[in-house]
Amino acid sequence: MTGIRGERSDGASIDFGKKQLVLRREPALALRASWRSIGALCALGIGAVVLAVLALGVGEYPVSPAEVVAVLTGSDTGFTSVVVLDWRMPRIVLALVIGAALGISGAIFQAITRNPLGSPDVIGFGFGSYTGALVVIALFGGGYYLTAAGAVAGGLLTAVAVYLLAYRNGLAGFRLIIVGIAVSAMLSSLNQWIILKIKLNQAITAAIWQQGTLTGLHWEQAIPVLVCVVPALIWLAYLGPQLPILQMGDDAAGALGVRPERARLAHFAIGVLLIAIATAAAGPISFVALAAPQLARRLTASPGVGLVSSAFMGAFLLLASDLVALRIFAPAELPVGAVTVVAGGAYLIWLLIVQARKQ
Amino acid sequence: MPLELADGSRTEVVTRDRRLPGLALCAALLLVVSVLSLAIGTQSVDLSTVWHAVIEYTDTGDQWIVHDLRIPRTLLGIVVGIALGLSGALIQGITRNPLADSQILGIEGVAGLFVVIAIAFLGLHTTLSYIWFAFLGAFVAMLLVYFIGATGRTLMTPVRMLLAGVAVGAVADGISFAIRLRHPRAFDSMRFWDAGALDGRSLEVLWVVAPFIVLGAGLCLYVSRGLNAIALGDDLAVAMGGNVVRTRILGLIAVTVLAGAATAAAGPIGFVGLMVPHVVRWFTGPDWRWICAYSLFAAPALLLAADIVGRVVVPPGELPAGIVTAFIGAPVLIWLVRRSKASGL
Repeated sequence: MTGIRGERSDGASIDFGKKQLVLRREPALALRASWRSIGALCALGIGAVVLAVLALGVGEYPVSPAEVVAVLTGSDTGFTSVVVLDWRMPRIVLALVIGAALGISGAIFQAITRNPLGSPDVIGFGFGSYTGALVVIALFGGGYYLTAAGAVAGGLLTAVAVYLLAYRNGLAGFRLIIVGIAVSAMLSSLNQWIILKIKLNQAITAAIWQQGTLTGLHWEQAIPVLVCVVPALIWLAYLGPQLPILQMGDDAAGALGVRPERARLAHFAIGVLLIAIATAAAGPISFVALAAPQLARRLTASPGVGLVSSAFMGAFLLLASDLVALRIFAPAELPVGAVTVVAGGAYLIWLLIVQARKQ
Repeated sequence: MPLELADGSRTEVVTRDRRLPGLALCAALLLVVSVLSLAIGTQSVDLSTVWHAVIEYTDTGDQWIVHDLRIPRTLLGIVVGIALGLSGALIQGITRNPLADSQILGIEGVAGLFVVIAIAFLGLHTTLSYIWFAFLGAFVAMLLVYFIGATGRTLMTPVRMLLAGVAVGAVADGISFAIRLRHPRAFDSMRFWDAGALDGRSLEVLWVVAPFIVLGAGLCLYVSRGLNAIALGDDLAVAMGGNVVRTRILGLIAVTVLAGAATAAAGPIGFVGLMVPHVVRWFTGPDWRWICAYSLFAAPALLLAADIVGRVVVPPGELPAGIVTAFIGAPVLIWLVRRSKASGL
């Protein structure tokens, strides 16, 4: 731990910044984190665990938190364990993993575009996947895997198209945003038109899918998600901490030894991959990718968006929202996306107000 | 205007000379599009009939089509287009963010929520009855964004304002979606409202929104000077004697009035407000007074052109203007941004 503080000749102390924890094991490892971020991450982690235990307990067949813990530690293997581990666990795990993936993806896009409004939607991914899903629903009537495939195909095609259209002697953040806006606007018009043309019940099915929902997800759907997310995260870790440097601008990044173009392309690919996985599994859950990095940034009081804190925040946010979506109109369920926008939005409002009061 | 550079050579600033003719060109374009909008449709009318219907209406032949349907529709298109273009330019100016439009400030989201409430719980179902709810929503959105963005003693920074708008809009969208899911009739009405269109609105709608739009446009042109100072960054703007807070607040009021009126009259029409300021700034340079002046003509021209295309592209039906705008505007935007001269805000 380094307390960074110096003495001036007249005795007054000079503040050189916040206290930080520095883990160093040359040459492989050098981590630096402020105590504030570590505290925030711990709080989010504990919060997520508590929520998970709660979420495993509530439902048509209530299980007390003590019983949940008993099941999780393996001391209860009866019917309760089937309910907890086979019925409810996949949904919780998916909420956490998808939330984290969305948070990371959002942080990547906000760092690449250097804009707090940057999100995977900036490149039109959400609109493209909705177009794909709408086409599938309109032509083939839907179905989980078919819709997911249509969505991923639509989203990836859109991302590639935006990337190619925005590429000209390099990928400027500004041009990426503008091309993204243009393509998104066209796709959103197309979606609107399809919605007007199809039958009302199909339109409602599509709208629910578009909000994103974790309803009816089991281990068969959860395992592929985990299998796909892990390599993406390993790749991201392998790239190392380039994102904070990229946020300083291309010139500074180049001077500090990061090739901006290459770093941007690699992170772009990972961001798209993560959002594609999340969309395939649960539909385009809005707002987590946009809000999680900003919420995390404000909670940890850090200068830029961070990957780890965004992941924690995304996971926490999605799990909490899913719990609300499940219970608020029980036994009817809301799509989780409708809750994430309200919960994330309300949380953002509260943070903005609290932060302003403190200053 | 000749400029002397450091090495003694002289250069000409050409943009200034081209701005006024360019503005005249935009105005002429709007005029042409308006005339076409009176003439073209499922039942096209020749120009002499249009002329007579406008100048000396005698209720013969196809004159009633022009008089009863197309004149209100065209006027509404012009007014709504002006509102969209100016509010888009303003919001991008006061927040210094090229991604900002009235949607980002939550205006359309909250207006939509109020309309959903009107449909689902109060049983209203005509455009005229939605108007006041949409307006009310726009003002509620502005108040929320203002109070959230301006709490504490800090200046209302652009990022705080945008995040407040995004948050308010998100909460409204979520609630309105939940209500729609539980009221399929509201869902059905809203999918048509959401598309944004100019048809089927009576002259009454125009009379309700026009005063607001005139007011908002005046306010916009008044604050556009202050936007030039804000473009330098808040600190520099204050140092140069600009009143950043006042410009922002007046700008926010103007945006609300304009976007609220446009949304109330035509539903949420996206893209016009976002795109037109970007495109015109490549011709005018960074002076916000010129950007606003160009937007005043270019935005309604785009909206009317979209409306005309929407009338003829899928006969015998029509596509709502809100759907066509993006298909006309987006390719232009992509082409422009790919030119090497294009630069950021």
